[in-house]
Formats: sequence, C-alpha cells, structure tokens
Amino acid sequence: MKDMTRRDALSLAAGMAVVAAFPMPTMAAADNAMAEIEQFTGGAEAAQSGRVTLEMPEIAENGNTVPLKVSVDSPMTSDDHVKRVIIVSMGNPRPGVATFRFSPMNGVAEASTRMRLAKTQDVVAVAELSDGSFHMTKTTVKVTIGGCGG
Amino acid sequence: MAKSKPRVKVPKKAGKGEVITIKTLISHKMESGLRKDKKGELIPRQIINRFTAKFNGATVFEAEIQPAISANPYLQFNMRAEDSGEFEFIWVDDDGSTYTKKQALSVS
Repeated sequence: MKDMTRRDALSLAAGMAVVAAFPMPTMAAADNAMAEIEQFTGGAEAAQSGRVTLEMPEIAENGNTVPLKVSVDSPMTSDDHVKRVIIVSMGNPRPGVATFRFSPMNGVAEASTRMRLAKTQDVVAVAELSDGSFHMTKTTVKVTIGGCGG
Repeated sequence: MAKSKPRVKVPKKAGKGEVITIKTLISHKMESGLRKDKKGELIPRQIINRFTAKFNGATVFEAEIQPAISANPYLQFNMRAEDSGEFEFIWVDDDGSTYTKKQALSVS
C-alpha cells in the first residue's frame, strides 16, 4: 500500500463510502440463507444435478402470494425416495420458507404452495434423498410489489 | 382470532395404484411477526407452523411452515392409493390450537 497513488486513494475512499452507506442487508440475507441450507444438509455438498425442479413465475406482480411447485425426480419406493425438501429464500428478512417431509406413500415427490417474496431474489430448493445425498436447484423471481408488509 | 377454516380437495374414489392429488387450504392471516402496527410496535407472530397429512394413521406428508408462506396457506401433494381408508389432516397454530379435517377414500 505504500505506493498508493492519488487515484487509488480516491477509489478506495469511494468504495469505503459505499460500504458504509449500504451495510449489506442483501449480503446478510444471503449469508443467513446459506447457513440455513448448511444446517439442512449438515454441511454436505448439495449437487446441482437437475433432479430437483422448482417452478415459480419469472415475474411476480404481487410478492404476497407467489405460487411455487417443487418436484424431485425419484421413483419414491421404500428403497429410493425423497425424505425432505427445504425451500429457502435468498432475499427475505428470514431465509426459511418451508420444509416438506415426503414418504414412499406419496408416489411422486412433488409439492406446491404459495410464498411471500419481499423483493426480487433467488429461491433455492434442496432435497434430501433416502441414500443420504442432497440435490438442489434455484430460480430467480422478479418481484414488482414486495410481500412483507413493506 | 378469526376462526380458521380448513378446506380439502381429495378425490373420493381412486383406482388401486393410482397417484391422486390432494389440495388443502386453511384460512389464516399468517401474521409474520415482522410487521409493525400504527404505533410502530411489532405485531406478534401468529402462523400455522405445521401441517400433517395422515392416511389410516400413517404420516403421508408433512410440512414445517415459516412466516414466508402466504396467508391462507395452500399445500398440494400426492399419494399413491393402495387401500381404502381415511385421511386426517392436521394444522397446528402458533397459539397451540389445532385444526383437523377427515375424509374417506375408497380404492377399488
């Protein structure tokens, strides 16, 4: 740093000012979301294997009620089935959305609900299979009007 | 609070081995605990935090629900119909109250 030019100093100062002005609420939300996922997987790696599908609208006009459908490619037999699926928001005040517990009785691993989205963000679905593996996917939803009373 | 009314849409009959779709909804405000009232004070959280679907006593599907689920929580899932029997759907409120609904399914 001892060879810092005037230009470096200015850009550094500007950068610091930006950091100070926006204390990174979005970063915090994403960190919380990652922590939530890690707690679910117990630190195991979740593969983006294409086995999990998360269907949500590309653009949600009303963030208060956004339809969501998650499905996992699985035969749903007692030997090979989906145990749990967690839905995590990357941009809401709290990351947790819902955890679905499936059983071989379901026939297909599929569930739908409606969720709140505070703003445009990624939504993540992570599935735990009976063989102990984890699989994930994510989708981006653009939100016109946020849905957390804001 | 206003009385929560559960509603369920399940076929009454199914062929053996057929995968049926179950749709459930309960009227509930799902107060997130993050909103403030006019005085700027937080409105306490009150949500449906758990939903369980049983068939002949065995748990088919369960959902742990957070405040990010919309008001009047809707849940849809499936079941492979193997035997005739009865569904029991249970919703658990933060205040400890539970709402249940039963429905018979005849499998042929």
